Amino acid sequence: MTRADLAPNAPSTRGGLLFDGAEWDFAAVRRVYEAIERVGCDELGLDVFPNQVEIISAEQMLDAYCSVGMPLMYAHWSYGKRFVRDEALYRRGYQALAYEIVINSNPCISYCMEENTMAMQTLVIAHAAFGHNHFFKNNYLFQQWTDPAGILDYLDFAKRYVASCEERHGLEPVETTLDAAHSLMGQGVFRYRRAAKLKLGDYERRLRERQEREAQDYCDLWRTVPSGAPTRENSISEEEARERKRRLRLPEENLLYFLEKNSPTLRSWQRELLRIVRNLAQYFYPQRQTKLMNEGCATFVHYTIVNRLYEKGLISEGALMEILHSHANVVAQFDFDDPNYGGINPYALGFAMMQDIKRICVSPTAEDREWFPDIAGRQDWPAVLRDVWANYRDESFVRQFLSPHLMRKFRLFALSDKASESSYRVEAIHDDEGYRRVRSSLADSYDVGAGEPDIQVVDVDLLGDRELVLGHTSRKGVGLAETGREATLRHVRRLWGYDVRLEDAPTAPAS
Amino acid sequence: MTAERGAGGMAQFIDRRLNPRDKSLGNRQRFLRRTRAEVRRAVDKAVAERTIADAANGGAVSIPTDGIGEPQFHLSRDSGERERVLPGNKDFVAGDRIEKPKGGGGSGRQASDSGGGEDPFSFALSESEFLDILFEDLELPDLVKASLKDVSQREFRRAGYTNDGATPNLAVLRTMRASMSRRLALRRPTAAGVERLEAELAALRAETEPGVADQLRIAELYAEIERLKRLQRAIPFIDPIDVRYNRFTPTIVPRAKAVMFCLMDVSASMGEREKDLAKRFFILLHLFLKRKYARVDIVFIRHTHEAAEVDEQEFFYGRGTGGTAVSSALKTMIAVRDKRYPAADWNVYCAQASDGDNSASDTQDSVRLLREAILPQTQYYAYIEIADEDGGQRYGGGGDKDLWRGYAQLKPAAPNFALARVAGRDDIYPVLRELFARQARKGAAQ
Repeated sequence: MTRADLAPNAPSTRGGLLFDGAEWDFAAVRRVYEAIERVGCDELGLDVFPNQVEIISAEQMLDAYCSVGMPLMYAHWSYGKRFVRDEALYRRGYQALAYEIVINSNPCISYCMEENTMAMQTLVIAHAAFGHNHFFKNNYLFQQWTDPAGILDYLDFAKRYVASCEERHGLEPVETTLDAAHSLMGQGVFRYRRAAKLKLGDYERRLRERQEREAQDYCDLWRTVPSGAPTRENSISEEEARERKRRLRLPEENLLYFLEKNSPTLRSWQRELLRIVRNLAQYFYPQRQTKLMNEGCATFVHYTIVNRLYEKGLISEGALMEILHSHANVVAQFDFDDPNYGGINPYALGFAMMQDIKRICVSPTAEDREWFPDIAGRQDWPAVLRDVWANYRDESFVRQFLSPHLMRKFRLFALSDKASESSYRVEAIHDDEGYRRVRSSLADSYDVGAGEPDIQVVDVDLLGDRELVLGHTSRKGVGLAETGREATLRHVRRLWGYDVRLEDAPTAPAS
Repeated sequence: MTAERGAGGMAQFIDRRLNPRDKSLGNRQRFLRRTRAEVRRAVDKAVAERTIADAANGGAVSIPTDGIGEPQFHLSRDSGERERVLPGNKDFVAGDRIEKPKGGGGSGRQASDSGGGEDPFSFALSESEFLDILFEDLELPDLVKASLKDVSQREFRRAGYTNDGATPNLAVLRTMRASMSRRLALRRPTAAGVERLEAELAALRAETEPGVADQLRIAELYAEIERLKRLQRAIPFIDPIDVRYNRFTPTIVPRAKAVMFCLMDVSASMGEREKDLAKRFFILLHLFLKRKYARVDIVFIRHTHEAAEVDEQEFFYGRGTGGTAVSSALKTMIAVRDKRYPAADWNVYCAQASDGDNSASDTQDSVRLLREAILPQTQYYAYIEIADEDGGQRYGGGGDKDLWRGYAQLKPAAPNFALARVAGRDDIYPVLRELFARQARKGAAQ
């Protein structure tokens, strides 16, 4: 693609409309892109990966849907299942397709549907190519956990690797392994960052430092303190168990990782498949933790940008109206008693919170000054928002920035649900006594880790019967659902090769 | 300017719409392979419910979710305690209690999110997928092309235009086009032009006191109008050289109509399984014919000891009692054929299904009818005997059944006659393939 034909400051793009009418063409898309870039990067200070905007048909959008939104994916029947289901829904008109899909890659790929009008393409480019893109590039979770420059190459490798496995070992064994791995995707991520691997030099330096410190701290008195020598017979086996667990680094929360490294029966290609699935799960984990912020950021960015474009006279009133109409649909929030209610809409709450932060920066009330002394009245809201986008995830974002003003606006209330009782209890509502409770309760609900079963590898005796022991630590008495439990355990057994036992630990250790 | 913006870099715009389609085809096939058993059951059900003519149209099937579940560990929704935040409070205050809805916890919508619901999974099969499952790996289209014999007839087909022909074939548009181009070339005055001059003339003459200029103009107009009218007469509106006719040339085309007679024994010995096999056989034959002919009629004749033409519903699901006389069905078929489907216009196909029990004397009659009245005027006659599930004979031992023995005599002399035994659905396609393949080889040898 050459841009030689498009002088960025050509008179046609200054003052006059960027486009007119519903039809789009590539020249108009490029003009709009550049205008958006000027507003986004210069005024909002967005920092984005280079963009790659791809126009695709509805059919290709369906394809992209069922390969979890990625442009290429290894073959698996479950993606076919998703495809036939989405296709049936789409053809019968039960489900509309998304306007766009954006991929956390470098360059950042966003797909726009060819059916979109020019106004919609404007919205989509502002939303995906600038909003999501900025978020992907700057949020700490994505920076820590994903490798946007490598993901497409990795997927390409994964696809070819799975295909070669199918060729060498047959469709069925590959499918069985992938099925089992997929069922553990939820338990296939690292939730906490590990210490970076030390370079050899650093390692030696640290070893030396430790020895020096030991030498400095040496005190002969310690020798006289009675050591915790085994006093009873069975503590020898306890000691052994502890040693065993230490060697296997147990407990381990990443089941896929543990199985990949330690399963006594898996062949090397199967381990590689597990690794692929695990890497994908890890790649998507930040997205699951930042759904609210990601959409809020993108929606705020597109809303701000198209309004600026309109103020600058670059898009017509009709186009703005069309965009705002879609925007209003996207950020609709139904009440809890509405038949259409489907939970809190991340677009609605995310967008409202971003707008609210801007409001607090620009025209704070006395309440805001009390609740948000750091940002109230700071005026430079783009910088504040950029900082928010970079340093929070949904849970911490809500905990920090949900204002009483918004809680009143959404009329939020917290409801406790105890299985032992026949009624719910309203714990707090949007009033002075309730703000903190509602906010912290909502923040908890955005903690992805807490919404998923906490299952860890607890113990295994590799030299004995090799039975793998998984432990489920329940929080607040919430147990595992029966549905899928046995089937998933069968998958674990398949990967482990020996018996697997799942123990329910009654309560979470106090933390 | 934009290129200097370090952060943004160069943006690329790519048109992917022309990329190869069906990226999901491989996954779709994997999915179908995995669900083959369930899909087959669904297809069977669809076949039972549909008529022969639209049995193979593909379409929606529903399968149970058992085999295609993707299990995962979930938190249970009916234990422990949890707290959630909802929007849209109307009049609650802290401490209020709200009755839980009956029959399970949580708001209804969320409860179904956990997956593993019992709703069957429904999706659409394409026609070829549907057929593939219906008849296990068939190579239908090529076979049809190669095997069905062409019966041709003369037909007049449009073939452009000609300068002479009969009046009914006049091509009006072409004629007018030629006429117009000739008139334009010869500058024939238009009627509108003449009218305009005449109107001007009338206006001038209506004036009570015409001036000298007007008088001169009037004379001029008279002359001009006269000249134009002369020209109009000299250059006709439509000249014989303009006239064009549609041209038709006789072409040899295959006869496009076929009738398929389905004959079936519905005496008590034909049970559900036998009828299902027969139906599949008829469906497949119909498919062959449909791909070849523009129009395929189906005539259903069922028989016990007497025969009747019935509709499809009655054919497959009506219950008949009585003995068995195959010849009655053959007679009915001949009658229907002679009355409605003369062999000169129609390709006649006949498929007969029976369990093979027939009396010896009636078999003789049937063989005679076939040899003398039916086979000479029939494209293809297929007889299938529905055997027991194990492929053996119904009453053990005893060699071939009567009808089979009788029909077998016909075979050497009649290449368009075929008979086969079918024990299970897997047999049906090979049977037809064998039948048609044999014909194809013969056709190629001639």
